Amino acid sequence: MSAVTLTDIVKRFGNFTAVHRMSLEIPQGSFVTLLGPSGCGKTTTLRMIAGLLDPTEGDIAIGGNRMNNLPIHRRNLGIVFQNYALFPHKTVADNVAFGLKYRNVPKDEARRRVAEALELVQLPNLGSRYPKELSGGQQQRVALARAIVIEPDVLLLDEPLSALDANLREDMRVELKNIQQRIGVTTVFVTHDQTEALAMSDLIIVMSDGRVEQLGAPEEVYNTPATEFVARFLGASNIIEGTCTGIEGGELSLDVPDFPKLRVPRARAPHVTGAGPVKLVIRAEKLTVAPRAAAATDGFALDATVETVDYQGQSARYFLRAGRHQLQAINMIDDHLFAAGEEVSVRFRVKDCAALPHEGQ
Amino acid sequence: MGEGRGWGWSVIRAYTVLVYLFMFLPVAVVVLLSFNASQFGAFPMTGFSFRWFQALWENDAIVRAFRTSIALGLMTALVSTTLGVLAALALVRYNVPGRDMITTLLIAPILVPEVVLAVALLLFLNFLNINKSFGLLLMGHVIFTLPFVILVVQARLVSIRKDVEEAAQSLGATPRQTFFAVTLPLLMPAVAAGALFAFTISFDDITGTLFWKPGGVETVPTQIFSMLRNSISPEINALGTVMIVMTVGLPVIGAGIARLLARRRGA
Repeated sequence: MSAVTLTDIVKRFGNFTAVHRMSLEIPQGSFVTLLGPSGCGKTTTLRMIAGLLDPTEGDIAIGGNRMNNLPIHRRNLGIVFQNYALFPHKTVADNVAFGLKYRNVPKDEARRRVAEALELVQLPNLGSRYPKELSGGQQQRVALARAIVIEPDVLLLDEPLSALDANLREDMRVELKNIQQRIGVTTVFVTHDQTEALAMSDLIIVMSDGRVEQLGAPEEVYNTPATEFVARFLGASNIIEGTCTGIEGGELSLDVPDFPKLRVPRARAPHVTGAGPVKLVIRAEKLTVAPRAAAATDGFALDATVETVDYQGQSARYFLRAGRHQLQAINMIDDHLFAAGEEVSVRFRVKDCAALPHEGQ
Repeated sequence: MGEGRGWGWSVIRAYTVLVYLFMFLPVAVVVLLSFNASQFGAFPMTGFSFRWFQALWENDAIVRAFRTSIALGLMTALVSTTLGVLAALALVRYNVPGRDMITTLLIAPILVPEVVLAVALLLFLNFLNINKSFGLLLMGHVIFTLPFVILVVQARLVSIRKDVEEAAQSLGATPRQTFFAVTLPLLMPAVAAGALFAFTISFDDITGTLFWKPGGVETVPTQIFSMLRNSISPEINALGTVMIVMTVGLPVIGAGIARLLARRRGA
């Protein structure tokens, strides 16, 4: 049975519809990410699951029980907020023990569970400190301990890493995922950061303008985007207009101006149904920039000119012009950093090509 | 140019000193003369003595007025703070229709001249055939201390993040438990400041009190006022000194305690 079920959820604020008729099943014990830019309805959805907002229409069920009119304090959820939301007037231990107090847990047991939770987030011995005396990362660990010590049915994380600085964020990302797997709690994670979503999730739900754009495992969403929005939002993609001239033998024949004829496997274009205008998608990492002179090995090659180089240390992002197309390629730097103005060859393999139906078709 | 600025600054400095002298010299004179041993409340001082404080203590009318003032001040503080916290909560945390107008109405007593307010309330109660009473006096004091409490509490409440309260509720606390476990403790400095405001404003109010007090009831300010009509006794200097200690000392002590608590909590 699914841990959280949303059925035809709609949320309107006055004339503005924040979430359009959304249905979703979140499997028990899974780590599910709501991913999208700000204003896409992901936080609104999370707050409806939490009971901090009431849906205008539709049903929310947790563990099979309808939750619609149940106030937040009776839902047994753990929530971690973006700005930690620790109680500044209570010690770390009292912060973590807060939820246990309202569950009538005996004092000895509460003390043991608080210690275990602080151990789990690697903050033993800090129980008597006040939140203000801790760093941002430590405060976020306390917030996590406070949310999981009550053994919630669902753990809700509202951009919990976005207030931390870059290095710390990456460490916390790994640790958060480890802790989630160890205790096996069903987790709904809200973020606008595609790297976090790809790294942590069992299931990603990409949202835009209050609608679900795509729902799938990280590799699925990354490799076979369902819409142009998904292709652009997850990583850097080259999106080129073309025409599908036909589907035969499990392959699509694509006709793209200035490109050689391509035959893209059906599996890389599951949303294209037949002949007509399509969009060819090639990830920036899958385009390889090579010297013009060197002979092409396998795959396809286009002549191009480097226009701009965005040097990033171990890798570089090249902005290229190939005929009428503006392309971008992200390559590891082996020995040669191409310079702006250089005449190069851009290579790609057909298995790295995906195709999308043309929107509005 | 540097010279010109130096000259300008010394004028400003001297002027500032004069302003302060003008403001505080009369107060200093009252305090000084309250310790004068002489019969007359005037210079030169003939010696240092507590006899006027002694006389105050033995004057039944003054002791009674003092008790009335303290009781009135404490009750005003209690009622005003309770109502003020509730009003601020409603205005900040809930979507009350006509919020701006309600805020303006609640703050208005600060802007309306006290005499106008005093007469208005009196006429209104006259119209309703209600006699002057201690309850009415208390009501009047609550009306014009309430804006101070609301302003102070509102300012603090705005700075308490809503997600802290949401976190408490997600952990199982009902809205009421959340208020007592989280919101109120975080609000405490403002609540204490508001209560102190209410007490000191009530304690030294005279305009409204003169209009509203029932016959035979005197507060310290009205008592001083009626004593002045007969003679200028040095007792009044002593009473003035006590008033100054109460109305200046209490807030200072209060602020000190609040700062100490805040430091210990690291909040």
